[in-house]
Amino acid sequence: MAKELIKGNYAVVKAAILAGAETYFGYPITPASEIAEGAALYFPKLNRVFLQAESEVASINMLYGSGGAGVRTMTASSGPGISLMQEGISYAVGSEVPCLIVNVQRAGPGLGNIAPEQADYNQSVKGGGHGSYKLIVLAPNSAQEMCDLTIKGLELSDKYRTPVVLLSDAFIGQMMEPVDFPDPLPQKDQPKKPWATHGTKETMRSIINSIYLEPLEMEDHINRLLSKFKKIQENETMHEEYMVQDAEILLVGYGITSRVLMEVVEIARKEGIKAGLFRPITLWPFPNKRLVELAEKTRDILVVEMSDGQLFEDVKLQANCKKGIHSYTRMGGIVPTSTEILQKVKKIMGRN
Amino acid sequence: MMQKVYRKPKGFYDDFFRNPSPDKKTTHYCPGCGHGIVHKYIAEAIEDFNIGEKTVWVSPVGCSVFGYYYFDCGHQQAAHGRAPAVATGIKRSKPESIVISYQGDGDLAAIGGNEILHAANRGESITVFFVNNSIYGMTGGQMAPTTLIGQKTTTSPYGRNAFNEGHPLKMSEILSQLESPVYVERVSLHDTAHRNKARQAIRKALQIQIENKGFSFVEILSMCPSGWKVSPVDALKWIKENQLPYFPVGVYKDVYSERKTKEITKRVWDKEKIVQALDLDRRIESYPRSKPKKEIFEEPKVKIAGFGGQGILMLGLLLAESAMLTGKEATWIPSYGPEMRGGTANCHVVIKNGKISNPSVDKPDILIAMNQPSLERFEKEVSDQGLIIIDTTLVKKGVSRKDVQVFAQPFADIADKELKNTKVTNTLILGALIGLTGMIDKKAIFDAFKKHITRENLIEVNKKAIDKGISLVK
Ligand code: SF4
Repeated sequence: MAKELIKGNYAVVKAAILAGAETYFGYPITPASEIAEGAALYFPKLNRVFLQAESEVASINMLYGSGGAGVRTMTASSGPGISLMQEGISYAVGSEVPCLIVNVQRAGPGLGNIAPEQADYNQSVKGGGHGSYKLIVLAPNSAQEMCDLTIKGLELSDKYRTPVVLLSDAFIGQMMEPVDFPDPLPQKDQPKKPWATHGTKETMRSIINSIYLEPLEMEDHINRLLSKFKKIQENETMHEEYMVQDAEILLVGYGITSRVLMEVVEIARKEGIKAGLFRPITLWPFPNKRLVELAEKTRDILVVEMSDGQLFEDVKLQANCKKGIHSYTRMGGIVPTSTEILQKVKKIMGRN
Repeated sequence: MMQKVYRKPKGFYDDFFRNPSPDKKTTHYCPGCGHGIVHKYIAEAIEDFNIGEKTVWVSPVGCSVFGYYYFDCGHQQAAHGRAPAVATGIKRSKPESIVISYQGDGDLAAIGGNEILHAANRGESITVFFVNNSIYGMTGGQMAPTTLIGQKTTTSPYGRNAFNEGHPLKMSEILSQLESPVYVERVSLHDTAHRNKARQAIRKALQIQIENKGFSFVEILSMCPSGWKVSPVDALKWIKENQLPYFPVGVYKDVYSERKTKEITKRVWDKEKIVQALDLDRRIESYPRSKPKKEIFEEPKVKIAGFGGQGILMLGLLLAESAMLTGKEATWIPSYGPEMRGGTANCHVVIKNGKISNPSVDKPDILIAMNQPSLERFEKEVSDQGLIIIDTTLVKKGVSRKDVQVFAQPFADIADKELKNTKVTNTLILGALIGLTGMIDKKAIFDAFKKHITRENLIEVNKKAIDKGISLVK
């Protein structure tokens, strides 16, 4: 199919439809509104559902109903809206309802602003709502990955019957790049969901529910969820690495930051600094096995992100390198430039 | 002799197998509770209409959270107050199912006030049964939004006070004011005559959904002897004396006969149709790789800046699109943050033969400055031997750097005088840019027009502007 120069936000919509998403429920918020707008444009053309809900609270509960009824469903929002969805996300995990939630991150806390940040990391990878659980969190760094990981997200969500978060940011969402779209997934290849409430004779015994009044039963249920998360951890980590083989300093970052870091590696290499890049694509499950391996070989690690060091904390907990693990952060909607990061790299490497 | 046969309606399970209690025959409700009666009426209707297979029941949070113990149909249990949103999700996904949202007063009128209001206002084709007993039963008798003035509960120990808690919410009255709902009725369970009406109302509400006509809502005044701390017999009296005067029974809205059945449309799964609907059926010609005049223009980073409204973003877009058409990688990003202030706009375009790392342009190889502040701001960032293009119509003070290539023309003036359209200043500059650099085949730009210039009559003048721009260079 044709390559299209397209914004990441619009790529999400087309990808979701190609993957067979039948419903979209959402509430507009900058910088994610283009996803709602795109969905409003394209979903009805194919007799699929676009519905602008009264709030993010309603949106996520519509996803719960829709995902529970066995169709691929999604929403998109940004920080303040994602915060409102936490109740429904926790319910979807508890009741094992698949759905895709896109977070085009903006700066916070509070109303913040509409420029890119990566400060919803903790909220996403640590669960975010009440109860013991994890979310699968995918972090695209290009328009192409906005497409690919939307499809992957819907697949993983069905495979494990659990919500998936596509954790993007205002930059990746707004940027235009060429995207190669795959062919649509035929209806016959859509996953079968006998557990869902299809409103048919065969599914009369289906139940979407998260109540377990008996503490022992509740504990069993949570343990079952946790063993599912363990399986996800074992099987579904994704990452990208660049020039890591002989790296003396390993740069770690995701999303738009990883694109800047890649340039830092290119420039640093030209200047004789052995830098490499490790980019987690799944933020949960975190690709820590490989990170730990690489860390042992490198002298320093520098974690760069647009938050107060949320990713840094996780890297520090897991990895051990020879010298030190450093953090460089920008916030408020500022994407760090390669120049400023390079300066930091040079300082760490004792080159000024 | 006729024998009266007592049996469970088929809408119920024979055995309440999901109930963890050893007794699988009786419900979990308190003696004298109204829920059991409402359940029975609904189960009977499900049996009579033969809709059990199609039905999906949405249980709320409250005493009736365990609806799935009883009804022989599909079930979804919803978060507190969200049942109408969950029901919306189900119905929109499976329009052929019958979706019942069953809610109590705390759930529907307090925490879920917004969800019910909007589901009703959208005219969702669902049926909502609203059990109003003026109290929170399950959590032990706290004040509900429908608790009556003076009524004592654990959270209104001195009686509900209108000055503190406001008046009880009249949901049937409120929802009947909306345009979309088909049917809104309030009924009561306090005596046989009223129970018969309740039974009828429940059937009618389901009938409306079976005919797919829209939103139906039945509010049922119902006994909660435990919450009210009265005997089951006195609970009937309690309704009559306390609830009925404030919550009059009756039909609040009924436009059943005026409303038409909504058609159910099938999803489109045909591959060709999907590709076409998503505008992914565009045939792209491939253009030969161009041979830039300088190495720096092979993989340039470009910044385009000026006032909003000068077509800055479009200029960048056309550049990125045509680069893609000639087989290159390209990124385009509009500027953010402080750069956006003061009515200025700018965008960054990166063009490369291989994968592009950083799409942000801090050190442009090419700067197009369409106003004075943009030039002043970004001039110093331009890479050595880079190119600066300025529109001297607005940029009066020229470029001060000596180590860069400069191309200065009164583009806006030329567009105005020679092309009779200042709107094509941006494409005029684009023409000059490709003339200067040899970066891109002009045919690729013409192809890019097809995608980005929606008004057909403007394509011709834009093509002229490109040619004119190229000619300015020679
Ligand atoms: S508390 Fe009230 S509403 Fe709840 S089961 Fe008992 S009587 Fe019924």
